[in-house]
Amino acid sequence: MSPRYPHRRPVGEMAPDVETFAFTPENLEKAREIIARYPEGRQASAVLPLLHLAQAQHGGWLPRAALDHVADLLGMPRIQVYEVGTFYDMFNLEPVGRIQVRVCTTTPCWLCGSDEVLRACRDVLGIEPGESTPDGRFFLREFECLGACANAPVMWIDDDYYEDLDYERARRVLEAIARGERPRPGPQSGRRASEPAGGKTTLLFADGEE
Amino acid sequence: MPKVTIDGKEYEVPAGITVFQACELAGIEIPHFCYHPRLNIAGNCRMCLVEVEKSPKPVASCAMPVMDGMVIRTDTPMVHKARRGVLEFLLINHPLDCPICDQGGECDLQDLTLFYGPDHSRYRENKRAVADKYLGPLISTHMTRCIHCTRCIRFLTEVAGVPELGGVHRGEHMEITNYIERALTSELQGNIIDLCPVGALNSKPYEYRARSWELRKTESVDVMDAVGANIRVDSRGNEVMRILPRLHEEVNEEWISDRSRFACDGLKYRRLDVPMVRRQGRLEEADWREAFRAIRDRLAGLSGDRIAFVVGDLACCESMLLVRELAARLECPHLDCRQLGEKLSGRVRAEYLFNTTIAGIERADLCLLVGTNPRWEAPLVNARIRKAWRLAGLEVARIGCPFDLTYPVEHLGDSPTVLEAVAEGRHPFARRLEAAERPMLVLGAGAVARPDGAAILHLAHRIAERYGLVREDWNGFNLLHLAAARVGGLELGLVPGEGGRDLAGILEGAARGEIEALFLLGADEIDLDRLADAFVVYLGTHGDRAAPRADVILPGAAYTEKNATWVNTEGRPQRGRLAVFPPGEAREDWKILRALSEALDRTVPLDTVAQVRARMAEVAPTLSMVDAVEPAEWGPFGEPGPVSDAPFVSPVRDFYLTNPITRASPTMRRCSREILHGEAPPEEEVALSHG
Repeated sequence: MSPRYPHRRPVGEMAPDVETFAFTPENLEKAREIIARYPEGRQASAVLPLLHLAQAQHGGWLPRAALDHVADLLGMPRIQVYEVGTFYDMFNLEPVGRIQVRVCTTTPCWLCGSDEVLRACRDVLGIEPGESTPDGRFFLREFECLGACANAPVMWIDDDYYEDLDYERARRVLEAIARGERPRPGPQSGRRASEPAGGKTTLLFADGEE
Repeated sequence: MPKVTIDGKEYEVPAGITVFQACELAGIEIPHFCYHPRLNIAGNCRMCLVEVEKSPKPVASCAMPVMDGMVIRTDTPMVHKARRGVLEFLLINHPLDCPICDQGGECDLQDLTLFYGPDHSRYRENKRAVADKYLGPLISTHMTRCIHCTRCIRFLTEVAGVPELGGVHRGEHMEITNYIERALTSELQGNIIDLCPVGALNSKPYEYRARSWELRKTESVDVMDAVGANIRVDSRGNEVMRILPRLHEEVNEEWISDRSRFACDGLKYRRLDVPMVRRQGRLEEADWREAFRAIRDRLAGLSGDRIAFVVGDLACCESMLLVRELAARLECPHLDCRQLGEKLSGRVRAEYLFNTTIAGIERADLCLLVGTNPRWEAPLVNARIRKAWRLAGLEVARIGCPFDLTYPVEHLGDSPTVLEAVAEGRHPFARRLEAAERPMLVLGAGAVARPDGAAILHLAHRIAERYGLVREDWNGFNLLHLAAARVGGLELGLVPGEGGRDLAGILEGAARGEIEALFLLGADEIDLDRLADAFVVYLGTHGDRAAPRADVILPGAAYTEKNATWVNTEGRPQRGRLAVFPPGEAREDWKILRALSEALDRTVPLDTVAQVRARMAEVAPTLSMVDAVEPAEWGPFGEPGPVSDAPFVSPVRDFYLTNPITRASPTMRRCSREILHGEAPPEEEVALSHG
C-alpha cells in the first residue's frame, strides 16, 4: 500500500462487504432535488453531489453498494460511477474515522511547515497518515493542494479549513475538536482571510488606516 | 475539398477528416496505439505526432482536423524525435517480458519500438506494477503491460454497447478494470483482445500455447451463426489453436462474436473419428466398408418412401448437394434442411434472405424486429443495428423477445396478434412505417418455426407490401437465420418434394414406423425421442445428441477441416478452406456421401470438388457467385391463416451452447455457467489475477 495514497488498495482487494445501500427518504428527497437542477438527459451531472450525499449518509465512506445505488439512480453504467468515485480523493472507498483530518503537504504548504502540522497531528491523534484512531473517531491523511496556498499551511477537517498553522496552532485546533468543540475555522494566526501576513499594504484609506 | 500538402506533395482530401486519415489516404503510415478507425478518437497515446507548419509543437494527428492549405510533414527530425520521446515514456513502465508475452511477434508496441524506440533504457527508478484483473473465462490480463490507450473501454462502450470496462483512479495510478472481478458479459468481448495494441489483454484459452509465428494461417468463414463472419484459422500441426476475425466490411467489419472465436476448442473433444455400427444394441468401431454394408443391408428392399434425410445447422453446400443427389437416386421425397421447423417454402428467394443486407442496415431509418433476439441469434447483425442507431439515428421497435439489445427499443408487444394489428393498419406503429423512408423488418427464424409460422410469414409479407418495404432500390424484408447451413439448403432446394414429408412429418412417420431409415447430416437439434425404431445413420463430427441414438455413425469433417461453401443469411456464398485435416478416419462429408452412394448402387457421378461445384451451380446458379449477394426477386409467400397469441420466443436459449461444436467446447460451457448462469468464478483465477 502506497503511503501517499493510503486509501488506494489493489482494486481486487475490496472494502468490507456492505450488501445494500439506499438513500434514506430525506436524502432521496434531496437527491431528487439535486438531479432536478440539471437539464433533461444530463442527469449524470449529478453524480458528484450524490456521491457526497451518499458518503455523508454512510459515515464518511462509500461502499460499492452506494456507488451502484447512485449509478442506478442516475441511469449511468456502474463502471462510470466507479471511475468517478476512484478519481476523486474526497471519496473514501473503505471505512475511515468519522472526523476526517486532511493535511495539505503540497509544495507551498510544505515550504511553510506542513511537516510540523503533521507532527502535531501524530502527537495529538497518535496515528500515522492513512490511519484511523482505534476508537474510530479520527482519520488522518495527507492531501494534495487544497487551493489555499495564501494561508499555508492548511488543514482540512470535515467541512472546515484551518489555515496559517504551525505546530502549536494545529495542536490547539485538534485538541479542541477532540474535546468536542468546533474552533473557529480560517486563519489561526489572527489575520483576516488572506490579507498579507504583515498587514495590509493596499486598499487603505488616505491616512493609512483601514 | 481542402487541399493539403503532405511531405511536399499536394493532395485533395475530403473535408472533415483528420490529419491522420489524410496521411493514410496519401499512403503514409503514421504509428499509433490509441487511434482506431471504428472507435471514437481518444488522442491519449501521443504516438501519432506529426509536424504541421505554423504550429510550434508537434500535433497529435489523430485528433486534428485537416484544414485547407495545411502543410504536414511526417518525416522530419522533429517528428522522429517526438516519436522516440513518446515511446521512451510509454516504455518507462512497460515490462521487458516480450519473450514470455503472448502478444510477442504481433505487438504494435514491439514493432514500433523496433522502428522508433531507444535501444536502451535511461530509466533507473522502479517500474510501476499493476495488479491483474479478473475479466472472466475468455480474457486474461497482464495489466502491468497496459499503456492506457482505452481502446478496450471504447469498444465495449461504443460498439458492443456493454459499458463494463473503465479507467479507475488517475494519473500514474490509473488502472483499466471492470472493478468488480466478475466476467464481462458482452458476447463480442473477444474483440478487445485484438484491439489491445500490447499484451495486456490476451485470449485466456489460447494463452501460453503457441507463438504467432509458428501458426499456419488459413482464411475461412465462420459457421457458428448465419452471419458468415470472415475468419482466419490459425493452426499448428493438426490442431486449430485460435480463430481471429478477417476484415469484411459488408459482413462482419473486423469483429467476430465470442462463439465464433472461442468455440474452436470444441473441435478437439467428443469427436467422431472412426465409423461405428450398432451391433447387439452397442455402438462398435468399424471400418468404412462395414459401415456402408450395414446401411446397404438395412436399406435393401426399402422403397424411397420409407427413407428420409434431415440436414443440420452446420452442413456445407457441397454435402447438401450430395444429399439432394442421393435422395433423388433413392427416389426419396422426404428431405428437409429446416432443422428448426421453419415454415419457409424456399420457392421465392426473397422469402428466406436478409434482403436489406447487413451493411444495408446502416441505410435504414426504421427497423421492426419480429420474434428475434439478434443479440444472441446474430451478434454482428445486432452490432450493425446498434451502429446504425448510434451513428445514423435508426429507430428500432420490436414484437416479442424482450431482451437488452444494447440500444433503445420500443417494445410493441409480445405476440403475433400485434403483428396482425400492424399488418392491418390498426396499430399506431403503422403510421411510423408509413412515414419511414427506408423501413426494414427483421423476422426471426424462430418466429416462422412456430405452428403458425406460415401465417406470421404471410403477415410480414403483407406489411412489406403495404408499407413499401420493397421498392426498386430498397428491400426491407429480412429473415434472420440462426444456422450457417440454412440458406444454402434452401438455395439447393432441400425441402420435401412432391408427396414428401417435412421435418415434422418425418418425425411423425418415424414414430409411426412409416419412415424406417433416417439419415441425419449433423442434425442434432431435432426431437430424437420420436424416432422410435427407425434406423438412424448419423453423419457428423461430434458425439453430441444424435450420435448416441444412431445405428451407424459416419465421421465427417468440421468446418475447419474441409474446403466448402456456406451461404450466409444475406444469400452470400462464401468459401471456407481446409486448415487442418479431419481426425482419424473422418472424411469430408461430400466424399462420404459419394462413397455411400456407390455402396448403395446409386452412384452420384461427382468425383471432384470442381464437379460438385459445377453441379451446385446448375442447381442453384447463385452459389457460384462467391461473396456476391444476388438481389432476390420479390414474390408471394407465406400462407394466410389465424395466428395464436402465444408470445414469440427466441430459439436461442443459451448463447454459448447452440451446436455440437460449442457444446463440446470447455470454454463455451464455462462461459455459459459463469456469464449466463451466475456461477462464481474459480477462486484460484481471481486470486491469481491480483498478482
